[in-house]
Amino acid sequence: MINKTVEISNLSLGLAFVMVVISLVISYQQKLGLEKETLISVARAIVQLIVVGYLLRFVFHVNNLVLTITMMAFILFNASYNGEKRARGISHSLRISFIALLLGGGTTMLLLVLTGAIKPVPWQLVPVTGMVMNNAMIAVGLVYRSLGQMYTDQKNQVFERLALGANPKEASGDIIKQAIKFGMQPTIDSIKTLGLVSLPGMMSGLIMAGVEPVLAIKYQIMVTFMILSSTALSSVYASYAAYKRFFDENWVLQLPKDK
Amino acid sequence: MLLTVQNLSVNNILSNINLTVDQNETVTIFGPSGSGKSTLLKALARLENHVSGEINLLDKPATSYPIGRYRQLVSYAVQSANLFGQTVRDNLDLPFNVRQKSIDEDLQKTMLAAVDLDLTFLDKQVADLSGGQRQRVAVLRNLIFPPKILLLDEITTGLDATTKQVVWHFINEEQSKHHFAILSVTHDQQEIQNAKKTLQVIGGNLDD
Repeated sequence: MINKTVEISNLSLGLAFVMVVISLVISYQQKLGLEKETLISVARAIVQLIVVGYLLRFVFHVNNLVLTITMMAFILFNASYNGEKRARGISHSLRISFIALLLGGGTTMLLLVLTGAIKPVPWQLVPVTGMVMNNAMIAVGLVYRSLGQMYTDQKNQVFERLALGANPKEASGDIIKQAIKFGMQPTIDSIKTLGLVSLPGMMSGLIMAGVEPVLAIKYQIMVTFMILSSTALSSVYASYAAYKRFFDENWVLQLPKDK
Repeated sequence: MLLTVQNLSVNNILSNINLTVDQNETVTIFGPSGSGKSTLLKALARLENHVSGEINLLDKPATSYPIGRYRQLVSYAVQSANLFGQTVRDNLDLPFNVRQKSIDEDLQKTMLAAVDLDLTFLDKQVADLSGGQRQRVAVLRNLIFPPKILLLDEITTGLDATTKQVVWHFINEEQSKHHFAILSVTHDQQEIQNAKKTLQVIGGNLDD
């Protein structure tokens, strides 16, 4: 699948650790107190990536449907769990995140396979699932955060509507719609500058690995489409499911306490 | 009896409140700040949590009504209303929307005129209104569809004498047409002196 492979030698990679040292020196000199956190995150990233690298090699090599789906489910669950962590006390957020990502990511993956844009093989399904889920997870997190912020800022207006007999949806005014917009906005913004400012990771990676730029661009266009659809679907579901969690059964506004 | 309340308690704020309110009756509620007057009104409108005791509206338990319908019948007018949405229209449309009725713009304009606001106000930005104008629009929202009970939470606080008069004149006119009961919380000495029936709330208890 790759025309010519570009090898990074272990020595070059080791020397590249100098870049981590630069960031450590800056943190130390500027008294940012980030040295420990930087070292821990770099160590974690290295271990996680090595494990995932070997795991992917194994999954690709075995080329077994059940194993591939298990791997995709693992990504889905991890993304849901991370989405929940951004929910700041919204109840049932793990379930909401899970369904939102399954809906947004699942529909997108299905469309990609059905249209033949990707083949149902592990080395296409697994990385694409990761990209789709990552973007949907960020979108869902933004939806949660903006819902929390808007219900807090507009609690008097919401209360006035409730007092007039409005149900939670009516009392929310524009909040539900605005939260969907907040979830999708970063995706749309980043798409606008695509190619002009940002050369996305996937495209750069492919080009660096020796793939013909035009082919890399085709893949990038596909990635752009799939990220749009997955963030849109996940944001819509998350917003419509999560707003209800800001009201109790008596239609009284309940602001979740920040964790 | 329109409204009967038995042993109403809210958390540590109100304890064992008993009261009855008849159709067409106006009850003025007063008492020191923080004594629980506002909480009492909110509890009656079912806008408070942790409420115990019994509220009966038209001889049926408050909880037997769907919550939205109940709040339409027992209509709470907030203290220092912010108004919501962008324009006055957004505020006057909501009472129609929550009842799934088509919007009657003529009625909205008639109501505005009744509180000395001309028809251009319908499309005015909420942010451009003065405190007095805001409060008048707020009360209109409660009265476009006359409730059974109108709960007024210090709605004339901070208003000048003329605006107060306009607001009270409007409310009294509507009451004489529709015979709803009014429970009004106030600090206004004149309102307390003119009241036919008063209730004093002290430290979360009623003191007739």
